[in-house]
Amino acid sequence: MDFKKQLKEGLITQNPVTVQLLGMCSTMAITTSLFNGLGMGLSVLVILTMSNIFISALRKVIPSKIRIACFIVVIATFVTVVDLFLQAYLEELAANLGVFIPLIVVNCIILARAESFCYKNSVPAAAVDGICQGLGYTLVLVIMCLIREFIGKGSFGGGILNGGKGIQIFPAEFAVGGMALPVGGFLTLACVIAAMQYFLNRSKKGTKKEEVAG
Amino acid sequence: MDVQKLITIALGAILINNFIFSQFLGICPFMGVSKSSETAVGMGLAVTFVMGLASAVCYPINKYILVSEVIFPNAVDNLKFMQTIVFILVIASLVQFIEMFLQKTMPSLYTALGVYLPLITTNCAVLGVVLQNVQNDYSFIESVVYGVTGGLGFLLAIYLFSAIREKLQFSENPKSFDGFPIALVTAGLLALCFGGFSGLNIFG
Repeated sequence: MDFKKQLKEGLITQNPVTVQLLGMCSTMAITTSLFNGLGMGLSVLVILTMSNIFISALRKVIPSKIRIACFIVVIATFVTVVDLFLQAYLEELAANLGVFIPLIVVNCIILARAESFCYKNSVPAAAVDGICQGLGYTLVLVIMCLIREFIGKGSFGGGILNGGKGIQIFPAEFAVGGMALPVGGFLTLACVIAAMQYFLNRSKKGTKKEEVAG
Repeated sequence: MDVQKLITIALGAILINNFIFSQFLGICPFMGVSKSSETAVGMGLAVTFVMGLASAVCYPINKYILVSEVIFPNAVDNLKFMQTIVFILVIASLVQFIEMFLQKTMPSLYTALGVYLPLITTNCAVLGVVLQNVQNDYSFIESVVYGVTGGLGFLLAIYLFSAIREKLQFSENPKSFDGFPIALVTAGLLALCFGGFSGLNIFG
């Protein structure tokens, strides 16, 4: 089991959002403040890791014909646990994320990992995979939140720093309000994915040149 | 029955709170199956059908079993916390059932929809519409209207988008933006257009 390799895959080369293009609904919908982004990212991280462990442990019991239904039941159970936990202890976050917490059930990232990884691999590998992919998802959410919050509201760390108001970097009158609207979500994600493609292509070219030189 | 409220719900679901452009529900199939107008329309119609049916089926299950006042006289005891699990199972089995039904009775439609039918299970617009029906306390008819019109809004969005995307193949764009990112930018501009509808204030 190669933790470093899996971490690199989850964060960069096989990032669930920017490379595998999964789970975009929540990525665009809730990235309006750092608090929401971190909360959503960590919720998915926990659910993904737990469901990965359980599905991997049950992989020899689950018949392959009805596996999707079985995966969904396992995932839905953990989503309900996290949903109730947030409603009890982090009421504000639960209100901000709203319907997108129960919708983690149909987040393609979790189902895709269950189908493509956990159903074929051992429990420890599946657990590590869950953590790495979850971190990759959280990373993209946080980047999107930082960009959208900075341009859309002129602040940094909304919901967490400075008693929940965030640190105002430039006056809110000069902010581009559109970035906090749905349009901003689409445009920011497009730019993040484009930047990712740029860097991935460049590093590929770089390794090719090195090979030629070597 | 309040017709005015139904019209408000319908227009709201199609234009003002469009599932794709203002609520971000169902983006995955919206991006995945919009490369040609024909498949886009097929997917849109299938989603509309499943959304309407799921709303109709989940309403009685929620009202008469999960939060029934007859079975659970104490509101604390009810099975509200089971909603997510029950709804997703109902939707999954509904899609499976529709698939088998179409295969037997309407093979031509079944082959036309092909792989898109099972994909609807993981479309968050379907689960989203059911959860919103519960949150908004809609009656049976309101739920069905919201489900069907929400699906029509999805159909409108995916059809417009696929028509633009067909032209997009011939455009020259920066290399990093090729393929998926430029499609997202296009969707963003469409969302901006749909944002104009938010000024539409129906019946006060």
